[in-house]
Amino acid sequence: MATVIIPTPLRKFTNNTSKLVVQANTVSDIVQKITADFPELKKHLLDANGKVPSFINIFVDDDDIRNLQQEQTAVKENTIVSIVPAIAGGSPFYPHYSV
Amino acid sequence: MISLNQNLLKKLVADVEPSTDECCGFFFGPDKGEHRVITKIMSVENSAPDKFRNFAIAPKDYLNAENFADQYNLQFLGVYHSHPNYPAIPSEYDRLAAWPYFSYIILSIINKKFDAIRSWNLNSNFQFEEESLSITYSL
Repeated sequence: MATVIIPTPLRKFTNNTSKLVVQANTVSDIVQKITADFPELKKHLLDANGKVPSFINIFVDDDDIRNLQQEQTAVKENTIVSIVPAIAGGSPFYPHYSV
Repeated sequence: MISLNQNLLKKLVADVEPSTDECCGFFFGPDKGEHRVITKIMSVENSAPDKFRNFAIAPKDYLNAENFADQYNLQFLGVYHSHPNYPAIPSEYDRLAAWPYFSYIILSIINKKFDAIRSWNLNSNFQFEEESLSITYSL
């Protein structure tokens, strides 16, 4: 079973649990399962199309899934899956950002 | 409320004051419910393409911070960044990119001199509210 590391800002939505153990074959399975178990995670982990939004990074062990098979990246027994929120900001003079 | 020791503030100011770019990092310490106490500051590289007016932190630096908090049994309290030549109030970009729970500390640096430090939290409507920040002094 894969272990999912919940980032600090989202632990309020998982009863302050930092690690979830999930039976899953892919990252997509994991996201579906944890958002089903903890529905308040949905608005942070899924966009309107049911995909992981750009401001969430997911690492499988040490690798960003964007460099693997995205949400179809396979997970195995003992895989560590880390959910990493994008951290950014800035002064208001140049509003050419996209979040 | 969040508090920061004067010595940590001095260290933080010394780190961000000379830069014309935005500087950023994380802070840690006990969270006693209504009172957070910063006991450790971690400066990290600003990875934004336009550092002059923006900051971004690489995912691996974020992961390191979570691991650091776990390793030293500290609470990961939030994110700081500087606003060169702009007040210590969050921009709309700051708000859109902010996360629940975290304290967001902003340092205003005017003409390379420290001017102000303020802390902000997202409320349940995803709007920033100012959090009382106190500087503590040790004899």
